[in-house]
Amino acid sequence: MSLPDSSPSLPEPHHIAPETLLYLDGVSVSFDGFQALNSLSLIIDRGEMRAIIGPNGAGKTTMMDVVTGRTRPDQGEVLFADRIDLTALNETEIANLGIGRKFQKPTVFENLTVFENLSLALKADRRILTVLFSGISAEQTERIKQALETIRLTAQRDRAAGSLSHGQKQWLEIGMLLVQEPDLMLLDEPVAGMTDAETEQTVELLHEISSTHSLVVVEHDMNFVRDLDCRITVLDEGQVIAEGPMDAIQSDPRVIEVYLGR
Amino acid sequence: MGPLSSRLFALESRRGWTVFMGLAAVLMAVVPVLNLAVPEDTWLHVPTFWVTTLGKFLCFAMLALALDLIWGYAGILSLGHGAFFGLGGYAMGMYLMRQIGERGVYGHPELPDFMVFLNWKELPWYWYGFDSFAFAVLMAMLVPGALAFVFGWLAFRSRITGVYFSIISQAMVFAMMLAFFRNEMGFGGNNGLTDFKDLLGFDLSASTTKVGLYVISALMLGLVYLLCRYVVTSKLGRVLIAVRDAESRVRFLGYSVTRAKLFVFTLSAVLAGIAGALYVPQVGIINPGEFTPAKSIEVAIWVAVGGRGTLFGAAAGAVAVNGAKSLLTGIAPEIWLFFLGALFILVTLLMPRGLVGVVRQWRERRAISKASHSDSHVSA
Repeated sequence: MSLPDSSPSLPEPHHIAPETLLYLDGVSVSFDGFQALNSLSLIIDRGEMRAIIGPNGAGKTTMMDVVTGRTRPDQGEVLFADRIDLTALNETEIANLGIGRKFQKPTVFENLTVFENLSLALKADRRILTVLFSGISAEQTERIKQALETIRLTAQRDRAAGSLSHGQKQWLEIGMLLVQEPDLMLLDEPVAGMTDAETEQTVELLHEISSTHSLVVVEHDMNFVRDLDCRITVLDEGQVIAEGPMDAIQSDPRVIEVYLGR
Repeated sequence: MGPLSSRLFALESRRGWTVFMGLAAVLMAVVPVLNLAVPEDTWLHVPTFWVTTLGKFLCFAMLALALDLIWGYAGILSLGHGAFFGLGGYAMGMYLMRQIGERGVYGHPELPDFMVFLNWKELPWYWYGFDSFAFAVLMAMLVPGALAFVFGWLAFRSRITGVYFSIISQAMVFAMMLAFFRNEMGFGGNNGLTDFKDLLGFDLSASTTKVGLYVISALMLGLVYLLCRYVVTSKLGRVLIAVRDAESRVRFLGYSVTRAKLFVFTLSAVLAGIAGALYVPQVGIINPGEFTPAKSIEVAIWVAVGGRGTLFGAAAGAVAVNGAKSLLTGIAPEIWLFFLGALFILVTLLMPRGLVGVVRQWRERRAISKASHSDSHVSA
């Protein structure tokens, strides 16, 4: 199949606004015939906090996989910052560009201590020989100390990460993102498996972080998303079906159908 | 103290340094003295044969350290490390062959006996330079390193991990064995390289040379151990542990997993090459038998028995298993392989952390019982 010369669905990249940090256009991904993303388009601005919701299988995690280089899209454009094409880069290169990710299932390094986990994530030269010979500076230790306070794990500093509670692991992973100092943070279900009190604290934490970072939070806990109090994008079957503030989303007939109509 | 010397000092705990220095004193001073200075007919005398056997074990311990560095810390189980050990050995063997000169059976001034026997007229190009000791030592490190670099680059770039990596590393060492068995390769085929006379002018059959080689092996083992400790206690060491436990997560942190693995795999191969180069003058022969796949698997057993991811355990495991092998093959050679198989199964099932794990557990238990004992004492 050949595309027409001037395809209307693929606009020229030069009209991307300067405040745009992440730009997805017409992104499609399919796995063995299953259409995980179906011509998805999404724009995240610098400094924005955005919540992405949708039922299971809506394509939320696949979208993050595409942005972080784990999955290559079949089609479409994924641009970051000054029009860097993310589809041409691997996970490591994308991480070094300044995109950090927290996974759905907390993945911390269980055999290392909380402090060591943070020191690995710390923004620093990642070249192998530098990593081999470098020590940790007083400034970096201070940075980790601050992060430990932010994620409320100061007392657990020297414990093996594997011995932390589920909620604490989630926080440690958020802390690792913090010290990585990315321009864009992607958080996949940061409150999954947390108690109500922990969830509340996490909301507080994310608000704190969002004052200095651009954040994309994927979640299906509606109460949590309401508390985040930010712009919301609703995905279904790999497409954006609605976007806007909470009130508008809740009254959108398509969203109601997707969430309640099944 | 400079940052490097303070880093070196911090490689081990106080207790660790005490054990290290104690072992170094026994291996490098006590054993040679008991061989050279104590009269042969007294019970304290250590025969030269034992010294050389121990020297051989120390080379195996070095090989085990090389494997533990990648398996225990980075999770890369190479079942082909015999390839790097053998290449290091062949490089040294080539130097020793060229040292023979006119003293060979055919008395050819330049060509080793097997080449004369094959009717070769001149030395193949890849034998050039091996008349120099320095060149041979360099090659004993560079050739294994280069092979590991290329092999590792192809494997790690394609994200071949776990059992798949182990299998292709077996295939690699097997291919090496087949290649080195061929006479046309120019490495002596089936018989390999042997009948060495001297090394840097020292007669290899002399007791003093043998003890000297043993002492150098002990010294190198100590240095290799400290080097490995340096790597695993550095930030790179923590990156490697992270790769072992959650490889893909490390990529999302911005580290190149491919490069980290490639670095440590190449370093490990160089260390294995050094071990092979020290091994050959002590045993007096290198042949394609070193590339037998089973030999490479045996190295993994030494490490597992001693305790993976502990360095010290790997070295101790190599000495312990080989000591048992010497003993058992002396008493009842036919049961050795059954013993080795049973050992591997028992260690895997009962002592997953190896000998070091058992000792640690025992020590912890003792500490706990001591603590509770003193508690009850206080309350009483």
